[in-house]
Amino acid sequence: MKTYTYTEKKDTRSGFGAGLAELGRTNPNVVALCADLIGSLKMDEFIKENPERFFQIGIAEANMMGIAAGLTIGGKIPFTGTFANFSTGRVYDQIRQSIAYSGKNVKVCASHAGITLGEDGATHQILEDIGLMKMLPGMVVINPCDYNQTKAATLAIAEYDGPVYLRFGRPAVPVFTPADQKFEIGKAVKFTEGTDVTIVATGHLVWEALEASKALNEAGISAEVINIHTIKPLDDKAILDSVAKTGCIVTAEEHNYMGGLGESVARVLAEHNPTPQEFVATKDTFGESGTPAQLMEKYGLNSEAIQNAVKKVLKRK
Amino acid sequence: MPNIKELNDLTTQVRRDIIRMVHKVNSGHPGGSLGCAEFFVSLYNELLETKEGFDMDGIGEDLFFLSNGHISPVYYSVLARAGYFPIEELNTFRLINSRLQGHPTTHEGLPGIRIASGSLGQGMSVAIGAAQTKKLNNDDHLVYSLHGDGELQEGQNWEAIMYASAKKVDNLISTIDLNKQQIDGSTDDVLPMGSIRAKFEAFGWTVLDIEEGNNVEAVIKGMKEAKSLTGKGKPVCVLLHTVMGNGIDFMMHTHAWHGKAPNDEQLEKGLAQNPETLGDY
Repeated sequence: MKTYTYTEKKDTRSGFGAGLAELGRTNPNVVALCADLIGSLKMDEFIKENPERFFQIGIAEANMMGIAAGLTIGGKIPFTGTFANFSTGRVYDQIRQSIAYSGKNVKVCASHAGITLGEDGATHQILEDIGLMKMLPGMVVINPCDYNQTKAATLAIAEYDGPVYLRFGRPAVPVFTPADQKFEIGKAVKFTEGTDVTIVATGHLVWEALEASKALNEAGISAEVINIHTIKPLDDKAILDSVAKTGCIVTAEEHNYMGGLGESVARVLAEHNPTPQEFVATKDTFGESGTPAQLMEKYGLNSEAIQNAVKKVLKRK
Repeated sequence: MPNIKELNDLTTQVRRDIIRMVHKVNSGHPGGSLGCAEFFVSLYNELLETKEGFDMDGIGEDLFFLSNGHISPVYYSVLARAGYFPIEELNTFRLINSRLQGHPTTHEGLPGIRIASGSLGQGMSVAIGAAQTKKLNNDDHLVYSLHGDGELQEGQNWEAIMYASAKKVDNLISTIDLNKQQIDGSTDDVLPMGSIRAKFEAFGWTVLDIEEGNNVEAVIKGMKEAKSLTGKGKPVCVLLHTVMGNGIDFMMHTHAWHGKAPNDEQLEKGLAQNPETLGDY
């Protein structure tokens, strides 16, 4: 079984910042907007190098989404930056009408997504954003898993013409994907080959899935770990090919099990190949204050939770 | 000098279009549409500098954004009669498979429309963004927008109003249709807003009034003055005093026709008050 290691931990939001800075140097049409969270979104480098292409909006996210929509008219490619909660729930109608329905080429870039935001607590820990965004017709939804993948995704979405939701996080997590990867929107990445169970994971849960697969392997269970970084459009084929071999699946995400990746996978399976599935996700609950590791454990979002879900789903085959 | 008679004739024809469109599908918003007929006719025939044809980016031409999208009938009529799409297409307003949706949208590719509107309060932000792109592109053309007065009750406007002056978006002319009516009654009954002029001025805008918002000459004069005030470091707000339902006596000075279609008899009465000038669609 292929195993993965890491030499350093970095936050995915810094991957976004590095990607944005690179775009500032390579794509003159890229502009950035922020609602008073420059440091948190790691936008400093872009701003320092391209002050004329940066728009500080102040604490006014609705206005930011509208301005971003307007900036596209005349050929700019706006990247908005704020926390995931304020990038989605707070401004849902602005994104719906002015960006998605209007077909505007805006990249909604959202940091501090999910429960690993940690100590700030539930007001800031959105666990519903993937659902909100994937329901908008035409919206691409991406949740990369580490620093390198987030940077690659940031570069890739500038090349794609249309609205995108890019979701990333606050804590430092293992960097285990290659720095020189090519990011293909809508294309799953298979990390390990396996025959007993498919584990489909997104975002911070991908590393946890790899840790789980290592432990499961030692227990004689062969897990195939697939990274779905693009929740919409979903790589149906990668999922269906894998379950045709394994016959059961666990989905893992830092999101409510209602509306998240797991439900998208369940829809594909229900349509094409009904398959036993277990959901590693929050179970229709708000989060709370705590360290990321404490919260991942309490809300069942770590390697151990994935291993337990695998054992459960294997019995349903 | 504009030929005022021609513009007045066009305005009369636009009024006919509005009530015929709304009557046919027994839905839509005639009141605000009629109140803004002179503004739209002046804008698209005397004020906007536009290129031949239509492209989304609108580089090298003035742009207009309608924020209060429910007055789509006047927008569609004036766009069609300015050549953006066939006048006959007004026949399809609000019908299935039409490009003329109840509220304007880019989704069906209707020439002339650059943003969807309908959910209120979003248009000024969009206009600001487009104005800032014009500056980045060194494009010295202007961005115009139109908003209802009741629409100013939406909070996003005030985020946008604060931002536009702070960031010196001085290539923007935002017009407020001051008809003092909204769905549930007069703006003073529903939610008194005090002095809109004082509010915009306090937020750092240049403000001017067009007292006769239903007089084509006055609108052109006022909007040209507004244009002369652009490029001076401040966004410009025009308070356009209009009468909701203007041009059809029983629809005037009331909120009753905000979103109600005339019946057959009322249509005939309205049309009789606005004899055909350029030919019905």
